[in-house]
Amino acid sequence: MREKLVRSAGEGRIRADKTAPPKASPMTDDQTRPPGRLLRNLNAKIASLPMILTATVVFLGGTIWTVVYSFTNSKLLPRLKFVGLEQYERLWAAPRWLVSIENLAIYGVLSLVFSLVIGFLLAALLDQKIRFENTFRTIFLYPFALSFIVTGLVWQWLLNPDHGIQSVVRGLGWESFDFDPLYNSKIVIYGILIAALWQGTGLVMCLMLAGLRGIDEDIWKAARVDGIPIWRTYVFIVIPMLRPVLVTTLVIIASSIVKVYDLVVAQTSGGPGIASEVPAKYVYDYMFHAQNLGQGFAASTMMLLSVAIVMVPWAYLEFGRRRRA
Amino acid sequence: MSYRFAIAALAATTAIAFAGPASATDLEVTHWWTSGGEAAAVAEFAKAFDATGNKWVDGASAGSGGTARPIMISRITGGDPMGATQFNHGRQAEELVEAGLMRDLTDIATKGKWTEVVRPKSLLDSCTIDGKIYCVPVNIHSWQWLWLSNEAFAKAGVPVPNTWDELVAAAPALEKAGIVPLAVGGQPWQASGAFDVLMAAVGGTDTFLKVYKDKDAEFAKGPEVAKVFKAADDARKMAKGTNVQDWNQATNMVITGKAGGQIMGDWAQGEFQVAGKEAGKDYSCLPGLGLNPVIATGGDAFYFPLLKDEAKSKAQEVLAETMLAPATQVAFNLKKGSLPVRGDVDLQTANDCMKKGLDILAKGSVMPWTDQLLSQDTQKQKEDLFSEFFANEGMTVEDAQKRFADIIASAD
Repeated sequence: MREKLVRSAGEGRIRADKTAPPKASPMTDDQTRPPGRLLRNLNAKIASLPMILTATVVFLGGTIWTVVYSFTNSKLLPRLKFVGLEQYERLWAAPRWLVSIENLAIYGVLSLVFSLVIGFLLAALLDQKIRFENTFRTIFLYPFALSFIVTGLVWQWLLNPDHGIQSVVRGLGWESFDFDPLYNSKIVIYGILIAALWQGTGLVMCLMLAGLRGIDEDIWKAARVDGIPIWRTYVFIVIPMLRPVLVTTLVIIASSIVKVYDLVVAQTSGGPGIASEVPAKYVYDYMFHAQNLGQGFAASTMMLLSVAIVMVPWAYLEFGRRRRA
Repeated sequence: MSYRFAIAALAATTAIAFAGPASATDLEVTHWWTSGGEAAAVAEFAKAFDATGNKWVDGASAGSGGTARPIMISRITGGDPMGATQFNHGRQAEELVEAGLMRDLTDIATKGKWTEVVRPKSLLDSCTIDGKIYCVPVNIHSWQWLWLSNEAFAKAGVPVPNTWDELVAAAPALEKAGIVPLAVGGQPWQASGAFDVLMAAVGGTDTFLKVYKDKDAEFAKGPEVAKVFKAADDARKMAKGTNVQDWNQATNMVITGKAGGQIMGDWAQGEFQVAGKEAGKDYSCLPGLGLNPVIATGGDAFYFPLLKDEAKSKAQEVLAETMLAPATQVAFNLKKGSLPVRGDVDLQTANDCMKKGLDILAKGSVMPWTDQLLSQDTQKQKEDLFSEFFANEGMTVEDAQKRFADIIASAD
């Protein structure tokens, strides 16, 4: 039974597996396999058909359509009147777009680093077989149950100098206490970062915790027998073993960074001025408020390009290498 | 026999089909009137429309026009049109009309003699594209008002200003008393609108038209407009510490005496009324900032998407007529704080501020507003510039003027 399962999972792996019993030789494999590659695993293929269609028509088709129309001067309604690179020239000359890109870079790097570090630390602490672990886990994960809009509003109130943290601390006697990140152009992006971390680290923690639980108890025992300090065990043994979990987490965090929009809208709506604008908001505002589809499409194409620049080399390394092995 | 029966059945169904329009038809009307005063005003429309035997289905979108318009437009272009929808008349719905998605109201307009009753004429011109009328103007809203809190000035121990310059002079005294001299909310359109008001008041009508109508970029770089930027610089200094987003929250600061004044359109008046404040006693108003008392004929209008449903199309006509009816105009505009679009209605109960507006209108001192002169694309770029200018003190006046001139150069 197990033999059959392994075989249907892909013959390549069996061939590569040198310890496979002789029964699984290519000869017998050919006999049990249904004729033709196309018909193999027919049920699975039929089941995935809707998703394949969605991916090609909606994702790929929509992307191509958007890129094509980004070279036109479409206003409120799309029309095919090509203007070359005009929309892109205007985009890269717009101060607001440049601010958006800068903000996304700051927000992206910091939220990636902090949510991974904090998430991992929380998970490692929870993994010490502490009491009331369920309670803590629920508390830490709870913010994730809230939407970005609610998170944004809550933090807008907390960070409002007139009735948030600042006024509470001032009320306690520290009259000169200043804490108004959302009303200071220079640090407003950090105010948004705080809210994003509060909301997102719980999920990272849960993913990490699941990864940590998947690590064999024997490894810990072996490390202890060898007298390796706990922190070294984490850094040099456990974290490398968590690689699959880390990759999943990375993809989840990265996608939430690129599409950040609702949090900014709820917290600052891009203010003060244009200090907390992000690319996704630029796209929306120019497509719908400014009734300039061409400009919005050009901006969204740039967003796609930036994602592609990061993803393509990574995917090449990740999947290309495996195929060669 | 069966033939006869069929005829009878046919007649019966036809009768029902014709009876349809007379019975209640639900018509969804979308708008962005959600603040206290606005909601009270729109309820007058709903009441009048329900009285005609139809049913007003309210489709309000919170968050002002900037949020609401994209929703409305995507519903119309996406094939799920509402019965009627608000826009600021002018160029916001231009492309929708050109794409043939909006209903031509010329027949109803001719029947109702709109060209004779609607005043000033420029309102109807904004609804007209290629000689056909596509919208019903319902009010005249002018941006050029300065609202002042009498209480705040009493507290600071300075007289209530009569002009913009006096407010600038009084600012230090207000700040000393812990009052924000000028409330400007964080929404981008507020900063941009306040600048346009300064342009019309400090610069004058000619300057305004030269920049926004003729789109003269060289002139926008020049000394006349530099004066306006100087005033805008004063405004942003006075606005420091406003810390609110929505316009009605900013108005509320004036109502409660936390702020000295606010540059805001006459829709702010509805808020003062809901709060039970009296014009002249609790608050003062200066049209044209006390410098250039001219009223812009911007405002709200209702557009009617082309519908297939016959009964609903019929109801659209009824709604269009109801909105312009003298009684509805009076009831609606009194609540809204705006001026009626008909010259032949009697506004006995209008308060001090509205009377000032009516006087200016009667004198014919009117000018077009940016909604009518600039495309949404240009408006948005202006909003980006001025929201940054008001929030970022590091941005110099010269720098801002240069960027402004660039926007005007590429404006359409």
